[in-house]
Amino acid sequence: MAKIIGLPKLSPTMEEGTLVAWTKKEGDEVEIDDLLAEVETDKATMEFRSFDRGVLLKILVPEGETLEPDAPVAIIGKAGEDISDLLAQVEAGAGSATVSAPAPAPAPVPAPVSAPAPVPELASVSASDGRVLSSPLVRRLARERSIDLHTVQGSGPRGRIVKRDIESYAGGALAGAALALIGERPAPRVVKASSMRRTIARRLTESTQTTPHYYLTIDVDIAPLADARKAMNAELEAAGKKVSLNDLIIKAAAVALRRVPEVNASWMGQEIHYHQVVDISIAVAIDEGLMTPVVRDADRKGVAQIADEVRDLAARARDKKLQLEEMTNGTFSISNLGMFGIEEFTAVINPPEGAILAVGTIRDEPVVDGGTIVPGKRMRFTMSCDHRVIDGATGAKFMAAFKTLVEAPLNMLL
Amino acid sequence: MRELRYREALREAMFEEMERDESVFLMGEEVGHYQGAYKVSEGLMEKYGERRVIDTPIAEAGFAGVGIGAAMVGLRPIIEFMTWNFSFVAFDQIISNAAKVHQMSAGKIQVPIVFRGPNGAAKQVASQHSHSTAPFYTHIPGLHVIQPSTPRDAKGLLKSAIRSNNPVIFLEGETLYGVKGEVPDEGVDELIPIGESRLARPGTDCTIVTWGRPYYTVLAAAEKLAAEGIECEVIDPRTLRPLDTELMVQSVKKTNRCVVVHEHWPYGGPGAEIVDRLQREAFDYLDAPLERVTGLDVPMPYALNLEDKVLPTEKRVIDAVKRVSYAK
Repeated sequence: MAKIIGLPKLSPTMEEGTLVAWTKKEGDEVEIDDLLAEVETDKATMEFRSFDRGVLLKILVPEGETLEPDAPVAIIGKAGEDISDLLAQVEAGAGSATVSAPAPAPAPVPAPVSAPAPVPELASVSASDGRVLSSPLVRRLARERSIDLHTVQGSGPRGRIVKRDIESYAGGALAGAALALIGERPAPRVVKASSMRRTIARRLTESTQTTPHYYLTIDVDIAPLADARKAMNAELEAAGKKVSLNDLIIKAAAVALRRVPEVNASWMGQEIHYHQVVDISIAVAIDEGLMTPVVRDADRKGVAQIADEVRDLAARARDKKLQLEEMTNGTFSISNLGMFGIEEFTAVINPPEGAILAVGTIRDEPVVDGGTIVPGKRMRFTMSCDHRVIDGATGAKFMAAFKTLVEAPLNMLL
Repeated sequence: MRELRYREALREAMFEEMERDESVFLMGEEVGHYQGAYKVSEGLMEKYGERRVIDTPIAEAGFAGVGIGAAMVGLRPIIEFMTWNFSFVAFDQIISNAAKVHQMSAGKIQVPIVFRGPNGAAKQVASQHSHSTAPFYTHIPGLHVIQPSTPRDAKGLLKSAIRSNNPVIFLEGETLYGVKGEVPDEGVDELIPIGESRLARPGTDCTIVTWGRPYYTVLAAAEKLAAEGIECEVIDPRTLRPLDTELMVQSVKKTNRCVVVHEHWPYGGPGAEIVDRLQREAFDYLDAPLERVTGLDVPMPYALNLEDKVLPTEKRVIDAVKRVSYAK
């Protein structure tokens, strides 16, 4: 049966060959290993010898033509055989389907060979030992943009922070899709945190992460305390002095701490310290943050004296004139956001203190008194307690004592 | 511009330099009457005769040494090794004489010689005849080492090598001889400076440094990666010693990542040298460790399927680029 003869690969690197001269002509007998043609390859002019026996029925390629390996060049078969099908096949470009040259080696399947000797990575370095893994580029960008890499989530191997992470971080909380919708947004104004800001951040993070907080809220009738304040201020007017409701609340809390001394306590790791003094830390908002000057022995001071001290401490806190010892070693804190209309809130404990009292605003509202609705003045207090030293019942006992004092201020004299 | 094969570009360089300078001559096995084992010197003997195109016996140490001696007294020899694998027999002449004489004569004697021939694996020529020899010669101070990838670079750099007063190792490729590429028109005397790398393909996402046979593997891989949205910038150093890293450093500063692809073994050599310099000169710009795709660390197997595994493949290049890009 006749077959198409393809141009053999005559050198290992041959990518094309020029058929320089045919040494047989159509109709010639061909024996195996007979010279068919001369082919010029990339190396030299080579002999093209036959792998088949038969008659050279058709020469498909004229002398001088340059071809790729396996391109059909001739048809060999029996004398007189019909080769029209094969010619049609060549015409159609099917080419060397039945090529008799040595079968080309099968194309090797590229195997997933990994690169040899890749740059070694230190196996011992891991995110679990606290090191932040990041590329050198990321470290440079973080320096330039004042980004704390501890706050960036890495998406590279073993959590390595790579360029794309820091780029998406710079975009903030806006997801890529949202960003694309609204276009370019102005970058945030970047301000270096002051040392006060960093201290607040550190201490409050530590407090919320390590102190088991729970909260007790109580609603009290504040009218008696407001009346007491009015009376006191009338008395103080001649001296040009005034007390605030907050000063009275400080006094009431201080007395309540004497009545329920288990709340005036600190968790110190292996010990509980029950304080012998009642030193109340007052949260004072200032421009850059917050300070907590301390009113010492508030339980033993008169309200007028407390008022004087608070006014002085707050003024000096705003001017940043407080001494360190005036801001440390309180035993209990009070924070008041009533002036902003906040009805109630929960405050973060100022460690190592055991509790903080959050003071809300005065609410004028209807109150049911003995079956009758009457106008009332109410206020809510929420105490955050460190459960390691103050159990729920103890805290509640304090809140009840406090309520009694606020609703009947004369009891403070007992 | 016209299209020439790599071997024709080399041939033209020799014709032009022999025409320009009578002191240039070619010597080696089969370079004359047989017209070159790979037909690079075809027609040279016919034009310049047996005095300037000299067939030697199979004696590399001998004719390398004769060439060095000729260079020392003022001629400009081109010594063809039938393949660089055979240069090992002449290693002592190249290392101890060609690379040293200028320094040891206190600069009185120069050795303006070019050693050239095909380097690296061809196809199934087995371990002894598949050496990628760049690491051996780039190691030697006193030698220049050139490995052009394209016909244009082959011509322009061979002309510069012939005119250089330093001994030059000129590494060609059996599989590159048939490669076609653009070369300036006849009569254009283009000299490509020794020690200058070339931007082969602009890109933004990953730098690939490559030369020699894998140059074409890399360009094909870069097209496939581009289809996936990763645009590679390809840089060909062309000269391996002295090495020009400026273009590479600029590129890595832009892309933040780099893969070096070469045929020679991974242990040492210009591939490792490039990685060493880039990690230092572009440290603050790297977003990933530098990677290399190399010939595997084994003597070249004869079996075709194994040989194809040992040489850098498109797939290995694509995988490495994706790794440094943290892409899936």
